[in-house]
Amino acid sequence: MTAYILFAILVSAMITFGLRALPFAVFSGNRSMPGWLKQLGTILPSSIMAVLVVYCLKAVKSDVIGTGIPSAIAVAVVVLSYKWKHSTFLSIILGTVAYMILIRLM
Amino acid sequence: MSKKESIQYAFVKSIPVLCSYIFLGMAYGILMQQAGFAWYYSVLVSMSIYTGAFQFVLTTLLASGASILTIAVTALFMNSRQTFYSLSYVDVFNQMGRKKLFMIHSLTDETFAVNYTLDLPAEDKRKVMFPLAIMCHCYWVCGSLLGSVLGQLIPFSTDGIDFCMTALFVIIFVDQWEKAERHFPALLGLGVAVACLLIFGENQFMLPALIIVSAVLVLYNSRTGKAVSAE
Repeated sequence: MTAYILFAILVSAMITFGLRALPFAVFSGNRSMPGWLKQLGTILPSSIMAVLVVYCLKAVKSDVIGTGIPSAIAVAVVVLSYKWKHSTFLSIILGTVAYMILIRLM
Repeated sequence: MSKKESIQYAFVKSIPVLCSYIFLGMAYGILMQQAGFAWYYSVLVSMSIYTGAFQFVLTTLLASGASILTIAVTALFMNSRQTFYSLSYVDVFNQMGRKKLFMIHSLTDETFAVNYTLDLPAEDKRKVMFPLAIMCHCYWVCGSLLGSVLGQLIPFSTDGIDFCMTALFVIIFVDQWEKAERHFPALLGLGVAVACLLIFGENQFMLPALIIVSAVLVLYNSRTGKAVSAE
């Protein structure tokens, strides 16, 4: 049992590191990244951030009332407070507190 | 930027990750404890694998005695999004010498996002990114340890505290939106992610979404590139 658990953890860790290291392994030494891939690497974060927002809010799909409404209001709190003060810290606290209160009310 | 300044700066930037990782890590530790795993397994997994969602799934796979092949395939699919994060940091990490391996290992959804918010010259950025990566990794491991040792001893419900990470992603999104000349990449990301979520479901949409977004962006780059050179 212990051997199985340790082996499973080792395999998972190696695969995860391999996936993270893949671009580094492919483009190391004298093989540099082609132009189109470099451009993609520069522009991709703007899209990934949008994908991550959806990723965080994915639970809304299966629970529209209990999670969806609190999420929508809390996201609005974050956006509006950020537009107002441009303080990352303030917006995170306001949004998170709003969310924590709302999921208890719904 | 002195070493002390870079560590202070890194700590301030790491606070959203602190809130998220301590509590999410604790949730993971509690799950492991309930599944009957000793605390050192939680710590080992959090140190060596260091991904959010996959670790939770791994717990249920291990508890049910799933085959190594099943675990390997699940790791491959759930974590392949990490490759896309690395793509944006190849040049930066390649200039970080011996720290490079740790930087690669510690690139997660959250550290990727926080690194992106560092508004510094390239050299200072590299100085901040390493302590930042260590801090975030510590938060995650400490959270896992706390969860698996203390278990359900926490007297109050912390449900929903992980929203701080959502808030951070939303803020970065708004920030990018304000600075960007073209909103196409952001809108593309939103549209494709929502479409893939509806088609592939909660657990499988990230990889197709990232592949489609990347493919469209490559086409978009080649077209706008031509438009610029034609001018």
